[in-house]
Amino acid sequence: MSTYQEFIQQNEDRDGVRFSWNLWPSSRLEATRLVVPVSCLFTPLKERPSLPPVQYEPVLCSRANCKAVLNPLCQVDFRAKIWACNFCFQRNPFPPSYAGISEVNQPAELMPQFSTIEYIVQRGPSAPLIFLYVVDTCLEEEDLQALKESLQMSLSLLPPNALVGLITFGRMVQVHELTCEGIAKSYVFRGTKDLSAKQIQEMLGLTKPTAPGQQGHPVAPQEAAASCRFLQPVHRVDMNLTDLLGELQRDPWPVSQGKRPLRSTGVALSVAVGLLEGAFPNTGARVMLFIGGPPTQGPGMVVGDELKIPIRSWHDIQKDNARHLKKATKYYEALANRSAVNGHSIDIYACALDQTGLLEMKCLSNLTGGHIVMGDSFNTSLFKQTFQRVFSKDHNGDFRMAFGGVMEVKTSREVKVCGAIGPCVSLHSKGSSVSENEMGIGGTNQWKLCSLDHSTTLGVYFEVVNQHNAPVPQGGRGAIQFVTMYQHSNTKKRIRVTTIARNWADAQSQIQHIESSFDQEAAAVLMARLGVFRAESEEGPDVLRWLDRQLIRLCQKFGQFNKEDPTSFRLSESLSLYPQFMFHLRRSPFLQVFNNSPDESSYYRHHFVRQDLTQSLIMIQPILYSYSFHGPPEPVLLDSSSILPDRILLMDTFFQLVIYHGETIAQWRKAGYQEMPEYENFKQLLQAPLDDAQEILQTRFPMPRYIDTEHGGSQARFLLSKVNPSQTHNNLYAWGQETGAPILTDDVSLQVFMDHLKKLAVSSSS
Amino acid sequence: MPGGFPGAPGALAGPPQKKLDPDSIPSITQVIEDDKARLGGQVFSTNIRGQVPPLVTTDFTVHDQGNASPRFIRCTTYSLPCTAELAKQCQVPLASIIKPFAKLPNNETPLYVVNHGEMGPIRCNRCKAYMCPYMQFIDGGRRYQCSFCNCINEVPVFYFQHLDHMGRRMDFYERPELSLGSYEFDATLDYCKNNKPPNPPAYIFMIDVSYSNIKSGLVKLICDELKTLLEKLPREDGAEASAIKVGFVTYNKVLHFYNVKSALAQPQMMVVSDTSEMFVPLLDGFLVNYQDSRAVIYNLLDQIPDMFADTSESETVFAPVIQAGVEAFKAAECSGKLFIFHSSMPTAEAPGKLKNRDDKKLVSTDKEKTLFQPQKGVYEQLSKDCVAQGCCVDLFLFPSQYLDLATMADVPSHTGGSIHKYNNFQVETDGEHFLRDLRKDLQKSLGFDAVMRVRTSTGFRATDFFGAVYMNNTTDVEMAAVDCDKAVTVEFKHDDTLSEETGALIQCALLYTTIGGQRRLRIHNLSLNCTSQLSELYKCCETDSLINFFAKSAYRAILNQPVKNVSDILVNQTAHMLACYRKNCASPSAASQLILPDSMKVFPVYMNSLMKTAPLVGSTELSTDDRAHQRLSVMGMGVEDTQLQLYPRLIPLHDVDVSSEAVPAPVRCSEERLTDSGLFLLENGQSIFLWLGQASPPDLIQSLFNAPSLAHLQQGHMFTLPELDNPLSKKVRSIIGELLEKRPNSMKLQIVRQRDKPEMLFRQFLVEDKGLHGGTSYMDFLCYVHREIRQLLT
Repeated sequence: MSTYQEFIQQNEDRDGVRFSWNLWPSSRLEATRLVVPVSCLFTPLKERPSLPPVQYEPVLCSRANCKAVLNPLCQVDFRAKIWACNFCFQRNPFPPSYAGISEVNQPAELMPQFSTIEYIVQRGPSAPLIFLYVVDTCLEEEDLQALKESLQMSLSLLPPNALVGLITFGRMVQVHELTCEGIAKSYVFRGTKDLSAKQIQEMLGLTKPTAPGQQGHPVAPQEAAASCRFLQPVHRVDMNLTDLLGELQRDPWPVSQGKRPLRSTGVALSVAVGLLEGAFPNTGARVMLFIGGPPTQGPGMVVGDELKIPIRSWHDIQKDNARHLKKATKYYEALANRSAVNGHSIDIYACALDQTGLLEMKCLSNLTGGHIVMGDSFNTSLFKQTFQRVFSKDHNGDFRMAFGGVMEVKTSREVKVCGAIGPCVSLHSKGSSVSENEMGIGGTNQWKLCSLDHSTTLGVYFEVVNQHNAPVPQGGRGAIQFVTMYQHSNTKKRIRVTTIARNWADAQSQIQHIESSFDQEAAAVLMARLGVFRAESEEGPDVLRWLDRQLIRLCQKFGQFNKEDPTSFRLSESLSLYPQFMFHLRRSPFLQVFNNSPDESSYYRHHFVRQDLTQSLIMIQPILYSYSFHGPPEPVLLDSSSILPDRILLMDTFFQLVIYHGETIAQWRKAGYQEMPEYENFKQLLQAPLDDAQEILQTRFPMPRYIDTEHGGSQARFLLSKVNPSQTHNNLYAWGQETGAPILTDDVSLQVFMDHLKKLAVSSSS
Repeated sequence: MPGGFPGAPGALAGPPQKKLDPDSIPSITQVIEDDKARLGGQVFSTNIRGQVPPLVTTDFTVHDQGNASPRFIRCTTYSLPCTAELAKQCQVPLASIIKPFAKLPNNETPLYVVNHGEMGPIRCNRCKAYMCPYMQFIDGGRRYQCSFCNCINEVPVFYFQHLDHMGRRMDFYERPELSLGSYEFDATLDYCKNNKPPNPPAYIFMIDVSYSNIKSGLVKLICDELKTLLEKLPREDGAEASAIKVGFVTYNKVLHFYNVKSALAQPQMMVVSDTSEMFVPLLDGFLVNYQDSRAVIYNLLDQIPDMFADTSESETVFAPVIQAGVEAFKAAECSGKLFIFHSSMPTAEAPGKLKNRDDKKLVSTDKEKTLFQPQKGVYEQLSKDCVAQGCCVDLFLFPSQYLDLATMADVPSHTGGSIHKYNNFQVETDGEHFLRDLRKDLQKSLGFDAVMRVRTSTGFRATDFFGAVYMNNTTDVEMAAVDCDKAVTVEFKHDDTLSEETGALIQCALLYTTIGGQRRLRIHNLSLNCTSQLSELYKCCETDSLINFFAKSAYRAILNQPVKNVSDILVNQTAHMLACYRKNCASPSAASQLILPDSMKVFPVYMNSLMKTAPLVGSTELSTDDRAHQRLSVMGMGVEDTQLQLYPRLIPLHDVDVSSEAVPAPVRCSEERLTDSGLFLLENGQSIFLWLGQASPPDLIQSLFNAPSLAHLQQGHMFTLPELDNPLSKKVRSIIGELLEKRPNSMKLQIVRQRDKPEMLFRQFLVEDKGLHGGTSYMDFLCYVHREIRQLLT
């Protein structure tokens, strides 16, 4: 291990974990003084092609309130066949099947390279995956057609034994029966009436009439499952379903002039959740909601059907003028929680030019690990490709989706867990390792992730609880174990165990060591997640102030400066980029609502709190590549000075891919030089960013919006709004001509930001 | 002398204990035959005020000359008493029985349709009476005086016409509204809901597919029949195809709607389980034109029996089914009719769920009325909704036990619907009977979304209405639909003194939607005499109408008071009416002599028969549902139907002249008229029996049944006559066939042998005898009434 850089990289590759600090301060007081909490980004199912799962079950510590899994950090007495739990120090005998182990014949879980290991649980029934399509029929003909085709296509991508179901809705909600011959049968619900799960199940005929005296006994799920006519194996009904989808018509109820179509999204979801809840509790299921507009009636209504009253904007919300917001949000939250309890995830595919109510509905996906995809139309490649990618497979031919995940965190006594931020819900499991200090979703050491994939990443926040005076045992290490149980897409249950350990350091004497163990990228993302989490419940400016204060405190703690002398301020290499991340984060759509609709903000935040570190960083600070004749493509500063006439720029903001042709390049392109054989190199130059973009497009989920623009093009705004406005109309004349493009904004530039930061950091008053 | 009986002078003189000759007491069959002989086959012109028409049992032709045909309106008396005191003195009820859509025979002209242009029909400004023959044109034709309220109105310019020397308009004969008693107006948009022309009505078939209906084969029977029957939907005269749309619903404890849009390759089923708040899940494709969607409907009707073939669902809902129909009509903005085929008491958890409340212990107590009262709440509101939307409900019930008919039939009985009941339905024995009913019901001509208003000239007014109608206020009679067999009985009371000179006028105006979806006004006018002479009043009474009124008012009264009280009132009023006649009109004679007015001489037979009907006879042997059913059926009946119901035809067949066209003359409904060696047909409009005397000649049995003797008759013989090629068989079958054709309802033929157990069913219809479940014989009743009269006179 030579540098922390390598150490961090290695740890990420092996365990899918990035800690803000890779040396831990040994006392609570010192830890709080570090400003950035001890925390990590953890990707439970990080793709590990080199990690073959083992075919047996983990060995657990026998102490009832510990149950930690045997891991490389445990001390093992091979002769006595006894191992000591490194969390609670309980001495446990090995089970009989481990009789043959010795120093030279160790089971995998004891080998240091298997700090992350995956077990396949053999016992237990394996339930098929369930896909329940919930389709809005209040769409334009063209959109509906495109959606129908996508859905039909998706049937061929589903695992053949997966159960599939279809609910359509408009003014009414229809649950389609899939097994009927000769006559298409569906159950219809009024779109305006809120029904309890029990009522829904009764109405769908899913409950057997309870015999007198037997009331209160739940119906055995297996029995209910067998009789469920609405969810059928794909291989059995794909013909029927293809026909059914093909015959799907637009909602036939008339929509008069000046009205929105009546869209019963709330009831449709309630029926979907109720159906799965009754028939298939605790099995992996995806409810896939496709909407072309906001819910306009019944429970969960976001906007009325009068077109003259527009859907709420941030302005309305700030003025407390959004009539349906609270009620609808509450309704969808209740649904999301029910769904989460049963381990069913809800995806939202919203394709419309206007808002569709994602603000109110976001919790459906956020709490259940579902996807949110936002597009302009179902008839765009953005939707089509993204939807197709939901069903993509890994190199083993397994779907890149897992269900019903439960992540448990076990800590050694000096550390407690404060909370997690990500697409999860609390399981309210109060163990000894749970801190009273909550950060994110806290008060538990177990979280449910109804659906997760290889990139799903949680931010997990810890607290050092060692008292100031109690010394850390020399050479002692703090350990954390992540135990993630989940249903693999092949329906088998699996358990992945990641055990990590970090050294303790005395913050008094080893502050430099601690400083150099700082992972500024991870820290930036982790702090950003805290900020975004706060932004959901607090006013935007408060969150920015909080972030600023944290940044200033961090700079005061680790910066080197003479008091009251801003010019003397220096930050070490391990923190040097951190302020810049914060600068861009402040400007990002995750914290700024200006120019974004409430739906867009919800959409951006949704993706931000679930992506892994690399993607998160791109979101905070988009990547800008430059292509020119002056050399090979290179990353350039996200700065207005990078916008030059003879360059092609490729910007990746995660949500958008922008190819920007500088003024000169654009003129050449217009002149058609690329068509001429003598300007073959120009053609290649034009092609290069396209190829690179294609590469990104191929892997990114959801598909980014692809924008090809040029100097002066209207779409260039996507680029101009992201770059650091180092040149604006205010300071343009102070700079020389021909360097970059001025941005028409009053936003402060990074330079100004840094100046302020330095001033505040060195000030003794703050 | 009006009080005497020809052929029976001084009848019933002497004490009752003396054995009386049954032939000496007034006979209905005799009265009918006499009337037939006197007026049968003749033309009855309606040009004379207060003219008493021939009996309902007589065939005659009507010539409309300014008063409505008796087919449309009949009255209890055609000479109203001038004063309220007089009316009170005689206690003869003053009532009209109006059958606005009565079927006209082919030789009578259908009603003319008058169009008064954009302004709509011309009406009196004050009382809103419609232009009719009674309006007096004055001032050279520039103004007219309304005969109902005496208001003087301007004649609109377009309607002006000069008067002739008699003061009649020159165009008198060209305008039906000036010369006829009955005619129609085209209604303008003012007469339409929301000022929009109505859509053509729709029929929705709602089939209970619970276990019992599937098992009995009923569902298949209905589906098969509908395929052919739908071709025969009623249509407007001259229209190429019926404008009526059709829709289909099946249900048990949930409802299944079907999308049968013509564009579909196969029907789609939509299940609505939310029965607590019913709604219609689809708009387009539910109500369709049969011609367009024939293929899809066929496909559907083929599939329905199979789809539910292995159902085990035995619970049903009911109120939500009707609600669904109303909602469907609401969504389609039309009126129409629901055909509901239902099997059992709705016990599934839903609005209108019913509990068994049949309690035989209540019979003959003060609480007996609760058996007839519908349960309040859901169904009350439903009736209201139905009427508001013009949704008529026809109910076909197939019960195997009590199903609280009183409540279930509440909606049909307020919406102009019919209630048919088939106990323990079996396809083999009841199938054809039911299908005949269904065919008749479906093909009936009728009007939808109707409001009827009865206007009278000053001095009296309509105060009470009886029928399958809904009254939202005291004057407007609302009917979701009214068909050719439904009649409304209207009772009149005095406001003031009537003038003998001007008489009394009645105008019945019915606003409705035709089967083709046109809004029309049907007007029936009738002028009556007024008299201050009781004898004149009695002379102009009509027994058949009187008994219709008494039946309906008694059947309504039992909802509110004990049956016993109602019977007492009936007897008292009978005695009073007759005593009043005796006192004021008859020439003095011995007190022991019973003297009856000529027009009412058979009134006691009917009254006795009425009191022996199931609703009014307190017997625990009768099923509560049957009693309620009969009660409700009678409420909508016209004069013909009540006459037949209360005095069945008993036709001797053993000496029938097979070569003659005529049906043998009926004999009196009494056991004494039966002979051991005879064959008799008995029919009352609801049931039909073929009675075989135990000594029936074998050759007759052979001819009819192809069996050597009575003893050889099989079970299968008891419901149908085999089609045999001999004159007697043909004759008997043709008589039965004709009767089945003629009556509004189908009847199930039951063949009973003398002294067999089923003979009891037959015997209860011999109304001159002592009742099986209680009630006196005609003779005893007459003596009893006579005693009462004598008491009143002293």
